[in-house]
Amino acid sequence: MRHFVRRRTMLGVATLSVAALALAGCAAEEEAADVAADSDSDATSEVAAGCEAYADYLGNEGESVEIYTTIIEPESTLFQESFLEFEECTGITIEWNGDQAFEEQIAVRVAGGTAPDLAIFPQPGLLSSFAGDLVPASDALSASVDTNYTPDWKNYGTVDGTFYGAPLGANVKSFVWYSPKTFADNGWDIPTTWDELLTLSDEIAASDFAGNAWCAGIESGAATGWAATDWMEDLMLRFQDAATYDAWVDNSMPFNDPKVAEVIAEAGKILKNEDYMGNVSAIATTSFSEGGSGVVDGSCAMHRQASFLGGILVGDYGATVVSPEDTDVEGGISTFYFPGVSADSTPALGGGEFVGAFSDAPATQAVQLYLTSPEWNNAKAALGGWFSPNLGLDTANIADPVNAVAVEILQNATTFRFDASDLMPGEVGAGSFWTEMTAWIAEDKADQAVLDAIQATWPAS
Amino acid sequence: MRNTLWETIAPNLTLLVISLAAFAAVIYALFLIGSRASVRWQGWLRYGIFLGPAVLLLLVGLIYPALRTLWMSFMDKTSENFVGFDNYLWAFTIPEIQIVLRNTILWVIFVPLVSTAIGLAIAYMTDRMKRASVIKSLIFMPMAISFVGASVIWSFVYNFEPNENKPEIGLLNAIARGVGIEPVNFLLNAPWNTFFLIAVLIWIQTGFAMVILSAAMKNVPEEVVEAAMLDGASNWRRFIRVTLPMIRGTVVVVLTTITIATLKVFDIVRTMTGGNFQTNVIANEMYAQSFRQLNYGQGSTLAVILFIGVIPIIWYNVRQLRLERTER
Repeated sequence: MRHFVRRRTMLGVATLSVAALALAGCAAEEEAADVAADSDSDATSEVAAGCEAYADYLGNEGESVEIYTTIIEPESTLFQESFLEFEECTGITIEWNGDQAFEEQIAVRVAGGTAPDLAIFPQPGLLSSFAGDLVPASDALSASVDTNYTPDWKNYGTVDGTFYGAPLGANVKSFVWYSPKTFADNGWDIPTTWDELLTLSDEIAASDFAGNAWCAGIESGAATGWAATDWMEDLMLRFQDAATYDAWVDNSMPFNDPKVAEVIAEAGKILKNEDYMGNVSAIATTSFSEGGSGVVDGSCAMHRQASFLGGILVGDYGATVVSPEDTDVEGGISTFYFPGVSADSTPALGGGEFVGAFSDAPATQAVQLYLTSPEWNNAKAALGGWFSPNLGLDTANIADPVNAVAVEILQNATTFRFDASDLMPGEVGAGSFWTEMTAWIAEDKADQAVLDAIQATWPAS
Repeated sequence: MRNTLWETIAPNLTLLVISLAAFAAVIYALFLIGSRASVRWQGWLRYGIFLGPAVLLLLVGLIYPALRTLWMSFMDKTSENFVGFDNYLWAFTIPEIQIVLRNTILWVIFVPLVSTAIGLAIAYMTDRMKRASVIKSLIFMPMAISFVGASVIWSFVYNFEPNENKPEIGLLNAIARGVGIEPVNFLLNAPWNTFFLIAVLIWIQTGFAMVILSAAMKNVPEEVVEAAMLDGASNWRRFIRVTLPMIRGTVVVVLTTITIATLKVFDIVRTMTGGNFQTNVIANEMYAQSFRQLNYGQGSTLAVILFIGVIPIIWYNVRQLRLERTER
């Protein structure tokens, strides 16, 4: 509340000053920021009882650190809750600034000289485009990430050999959501290979089950299409090997290669199959969150989506996340692993967020370091609905059965690969890959035409 | 708490007082110099003092950004290397961008014409009507709704539910279902979906056209209309031969104003389709190129194309306004 009041008055006064003397604006803002920092100096400055764990982060009393992120209500509340003890003990105030337009506004803020202290990048590809503005990781942060994460995760936050972005949360995408009750009532078994999955889909389509075999939704405002790119990525890991996946990501294998064509054809077997989906083109105008709701109300049997979907289905569609054995819960949903070509091939696709710093102030570095500690990761996971790739994360802290499985997959997958569209350059990964997959579904654009169009937008350098 | 609040305000208040005092001092000094200057210099000083700040702000806020955008349109995505006309070549050869240009032209043709025509018809029909203000208020109301708000409202009007077992929440498709017509996914099928988006802007702009044109009609002298009536002119003839020529200038201003608003259209497309399904327009693609894909070169190029598109319309608008002034 204090921050709220303070910011309001700052703004008001700053506006007045600007009105009085246009050029005083910048000075006023800087002054106001200093004042904000000073007035917090009454916070504790010695190590209080219970704060021993925070000894590494002391010495920055009264400082405030802004975290700019895409994460908004309700998830942001749990983040803020997880910072309370840290703020109490270190005297650092963490200002959480969630903004759905982050991906666009971060460029404006950096170019305008008002970059946030810390930014949580939802895609490593976006982080890498700010390599020139980000502050390279301190030795302490680098050491902490070496200890607490696998080299893969450190690598995602590294640009041209310099490490910038510390991993934060993670999600696993290789999931099929289903209702254990619907499956049990109809006597369907969980498929363990891609062929079994297609056979089951045929069986459901031919049965007298009232809904469709599958449902999907890829509408997501300006980001429409990303849900379809996840299908491509998951199947790329299954039908091609990991090396091919990497070559696809960095375009050393062109996007319109026959190997990619094979994958998009496989994806089309489900996504563009009217027998499974009903109205295919309507997938493009169905929001990704509503797409999964059919599993809850019985209008479809299966839906492929990442682990985070559970939160949305619980919050907005009255679902309950259950374990696969709970076959008598009406509206109960669970997941099974999106199967590979054979039962013993279990590659996993995932994603995650990365914290980059635009400021080298000690308080900023302290917060960035703290977010990589097993203590914070365990405290955050214990609040529910969240997990991270932190190796110090104790699975006992994860109550949600789906997230528990996700962490297991994250730790045991034969091959783990990061979401390809998040690693590709923005023109493709946040541009043509989305829009062309949307055209593939909405306008029934041909496989090869889609791949050629995406390859054409790959930046030259 | 109270203490902190005051501590925060106090330095800012001081700053405010100092700024105001400085402002007053500068003004006083300027007037002092002005009054002491010789008569020959006073004229020049007057221009300097009154025009100077405006010209300065214009340079910083308009001229410089415009020139920089022009410059950036000849540079690569990071504005580091000169690429000549490559970005313009890109804009006019890539099929996706050609659809963008085509859509923008569709918008610019249909929105001003249709909304001005409907606005004109309503203004004329309600001109001598009792309680016309009720009808006019209803038609003007969409003007008070933001573009994004209007888009969300119309998204629900156009909503399409593929699953027949679920209730349809889209107004049009619910009616279609009710009377047994096949529901349509309005926002999906090109090129018709662009026209369904255009309808939203027409819905917003018609009220604007009606109000301005209605005011202009009130200015048409009563005697002229009565003379035409006595001569036995039909209602339609009176409209075509008397009313329309007398408000011609206003009609042109309304048309051009709506055209400029249409060229900038961004909110409706972004909110309703995100530019997908072949409904993209220049302003939305410009934003996507610059701020989503961080390609400042291509984004600036689209901005320049948009700017060049607006120039003739503004030129015509200004000329028309000037002509009207000399007539009076």
